[in-house]
Amino acid sequence: MGSQVIAIGLVMGAGIATFVMSTGLIDSLGETRRLYYEEFRFGDVFVDVKRAPEGLARRLAEIPGVRRVETRVTVGATLDVPGMREPATGLLVSLPEGRQPELNGLYLRAGRLVEPYRENEVVIGDAFAEAQELGPGDRISALISGHRRELEIVGVAISPEFVYAVPPGALFPDNKRFAVMWMGRDALEAAHDMDGAFNDAVLSLMPGASEPDVIEAVDALSRRFGGQGAYGREDHTSDMFLRSELDQLAVMAIVLPVIFLVVASFLLHTVLSRLISLDREEIGTLKALGLTDREVAWHYAKFAAAIAALAAVTGISAGAWFGHAMAGMYAEFYRFPALHYELAPWVLATSLSLAFGIALLGALQAIRRVMRLRPAEAMRPEPQPVYRPLLLERLGVAQALSPAARMILRHLERRWRRSILTCLGIATALGTLIASSFFLDTIDFMLDVQFNRAEREDVALALIEPQSLRALDDIRHMPGVMRAEPYRAVPVKLRLENRTRRLAVLGMRPGGDLHRALDRRQHPVSLPPDGILLSDMLARLLGARPGDVLTVEVLEGRRPVRQVRVTGIAEQYVGTAAYMDMDALNRLILEGPSISGAWLKVDGAAAGTFYDAVKRTPAIAGLSIRAAAISGFNETLAENLIRMTLTNIAFASIIAFGVVYNSARISVSERGRELASMRVLGFTRGEISAILLGELAILVLFALPLGMVIGYGIAAVVVESLQTELFKLPLVLKPATYGWTALVVVGAATVSALVVRRRLDRLDLVAVLKTRE
Amino acid sequence: MDQQSRQTAFRVKGLTKVYDMGEIQVRALRGVDIDLYEGEFVVLLGPSGSGKSTLVNILGGLDSPSEGHVFFRGEDLTLVGDKNLTLYRRNHVGFVFQFYNLIPSLTARENVALVTEISPDPLTPEEALTLVGLGERINHFPAQLSGGEQQRVAIARAVAKRPDVLLCDEPTGALDITTGVVVLDALERVNRELGTLTVVITHNAAIRHLADRVIYFADGRISRIDLNEQRMKPSEVSW
Repeated sequence: MGSQVIAIGLVMGAGIATFVMSTGLIDSLGETRRLYYEEFRFGDVFVDVKRAPEGLARRLAEIPGVRRVETRVTVGATLDVPGMREPATGLLVSLPEGRQPELNGLYLRAGRLVEPYRENEVVIGDAFAEAQELGPGDRISALISGHRRELEIVGVAISPEFVYAVPPGALFPDNKRFAVMWMGRDALEAAHDMDGAFNDAVLSLMPGASEPDVIEAVDALSRRFGGQGAYGREDHTSDMFLRSELDQLAVMAIVLPVIFLVVASFLLHTVLSRLISLDREEIGTLKALGLTDREVAWHYAKFAAAIAALAAVTGISAGAWFGHAMAGMYAEFYRFPALHYELAPWVLATSLSLAFGIALLGALQAIRRVMRLRPAEAMRPEPQPVYRPLLLERLGVAQALSPAARMILRHLERRWRRSILTCLGIATALGTLIASSFFLDTIDFMLDVQFNRAEREDVALALIEPQSLRALDDIRHMPGVMRAEPYRAVPVKLRLENRTRRLAVLGMRPGGDLHRALDRRQHPVSLPPDGILLSDMLARLLGARPGDVLTVEVLEGRRPVRQVRVTGIAEQYVGTAAYMDMDALNRLILEGPSISGAWLKVDGAAAGTFYDAVKRTPAIAGLSIRAAAISGFNETLAENLIRMTLTNIAFASIIAFGVVYNSARISVSERGRELASMRVLGFTRGEISAILLGELAILVLFALPLGMVIGYGIAAVVVESLQTELFKLPLVLKPATYGWTALVVVGAATVSALVVRRRLDRLDLVAVLKTRE
Repeated sequence: MDQQSRQTAFRVKGLTKVYDMGEIQVRALRGVDIDLYEGEFVVLLGPSGSGKSTLVNILGGLDSPSEGHVFFRGEDLTLVGDKNLTLYRRNHVGFVFQFYNLIPSLTARENVALVTEISPDPLTPEEALTLVGLGERINHFPAQLSGGEQQRVAIARAVAKRPDVLLCDEPTGALDITTGVVVLDALERVNRELGTLTVVITHNAAIRHLADRVIYFADGRISRIDLNEQRMKPSEVSW
């Protein structure tokens, strides 16, 4: 019985652990975020403009509901990092001279802020500093708006607007090749030709102010200065990632604990029921001797309570341990002053009540049976179990079954409720494992689509300003460039009825081979000569269908407002996108042929000279390098995914082992006598094991397809609940995943079956047969 | 009966069995020597704890002695190992216990078929059940049968393999007299028709009249052996 207590305790403990881990993390992450945003004054509304005079700041501050306005200059830069062949991308953000910004304050990890009017001093983001092992005193060379600058690092810092810092347009952080840097306002104004002007504003709001009203007012004021459309925290990339993480945790905090606890409750129920059957006569005797129903029932309630206590202790400590480990992992992605996993008292209290509540639930029916049992009735042996021919036999099939096969099947059929629940339990183990492993397939698939089908360029090159088609020739003539396809990106606001989205429409040449929009089957979609192609998530957000006419408000240049017909939907998993024919787009914005950059195929052997040329070319804003993105992913996320998967395998194995082990132990207890009789009749150990294990094998066999369906179902629910504007997760489950997860479950089942089989080898034949059942 | 004309099935030599119960050692057999012959009907009588069951368990290959030897048709059972003991039970021995130990999920016929499927030269389940007078109820499950009927299924199951020896430990212990007689009838018939060496343990002295030989046990030893010149029929016995 001890080992069964441990098995159930483990399943329940796993449930408590996942609950403690995820709720604790939600708490810690949420609270850390709140304090950080508050203390370092994270803005509420953000707007980029082309170039605006400081006077606009005063008018923005007058908008009702606005508390503070911080204006800044932000500039992209190409960085030459010592020891790295390819250029890194920098995002330079201005700091007010000699003080902390009023909004989006910096938390210094090392060194100091920039001294007033020191034009070569910078503070760098800590993720980049860590990845490149840079710190105060080090130097870095940057190409800022066409000018080469040698920058001296004076400090390392983090900011609430870059808790999750990804390069523009990327999905995962690339700490080696993307740097946030802060520089004195004066120096940056000078470098970017922004004297007395700004191109970025952050606003904070009064309590109770209406964000949409403020955004509308900001847009109205900033329009003539090239305003790209204001947005709130909800659309702020860093906060969006953080929120989507919290949403994921919230799903995990419910789904996994519920599964584990329900299974544990079922296991406790079966074990206690069997225990009470075995103890029947003792229960009768104790009652006959004068013990009250409650006193006897209490004895069994204690059994449940002991399991709950065991589960609570192991679950809470394991959960806290996992929580700490996860917090450490989060600290790699989410940059906070400090991220500590804290076990809040309410989490502790809830875990304890969950453990005891679930144990009570599982024990309830069995304890009721103890209470109801009358002494005289209890002291009589239980009536012999009544069996019937199988349903299959009554239907006239299955006549050729051997007696051993009949024993297995009739037992399963007679205990059909338990058989189904056991089968469901095993299926759940498989389901959980599939549902927590599909991420691997999904991400694999997304990477394949992203990098092998959609974005096949080696390098995406972005120009600082749109240029004429001549620039394309220059790009083509750069060393190592084998092929170049131009693109035009135009910031717009799309509107359908009352729904709007801000994004950059991508103009491409039809028939391009490097960068393509894909349909549902990942085949390239041909671009319509006019009209606009929306990614499915964007279409969903706008409520748009092919044939609908969108209002396109161009947010640069002459800022025309035009009507464009939606001609198709493209499948896209990362971010939202809108595509147009490049010429049509240029016509739409009332400009001649121009490009924002190009997608390139670069000769691998000449990559070094290509990168050197890029570092020397002022007009280039930055590169995104496919190989770097893939290796960045592998360095950061892949390792964590593997760690998560191993944890999930352990959890699922616990369920599978717990369910199979308990089922087998109860079978041995119920059928020990039959099996001993068979040994006496001359059956070998192998033959009687086959009967017991055959029963388990059938349950596992039925559980596998069921588990696959359950796993697919849970995965579908999880995928649906995790759809954000950032990712549209496709539900991808490879056959291999069904295969290996099934193997894990079969393995756990086999191990527990073998453990139980050893008990069969020790059956005391004589003792079993001499006693009455 | 003339015992010299019969072949020896079991030769038991200096059999001793000591159970180690922690601090106490229980000497269940203290040097038993006996020969049992093919085809005879033997009744073992004696008080509880006198060693009857221990002897039968060792004869049946369910237990092994602490000292001494048991030869079955010349082969020493104390030397053959667990695997061969299983084979020995499978091919040569039939058991009947006080509590019938039928498989509740199998019908009478299937309980018998369980054994016939692993035996080299069995009776059909129908034949075995007819032999014990249960030809009519072969498709009933144990729970649908009376105690006596269940015990007769157990006998049919034990004899269906045509065992060389039938070992019965208190076969009528849980039955009333009328039912007991029917069961004994079945045993007697098997012994007579199949020529199976039949060993019956009992507390019930009246049963001794059915036997060729009655072996009395006391304190782990054989205290007396009686020969019956005339075996009674079960229907003539009363208790």
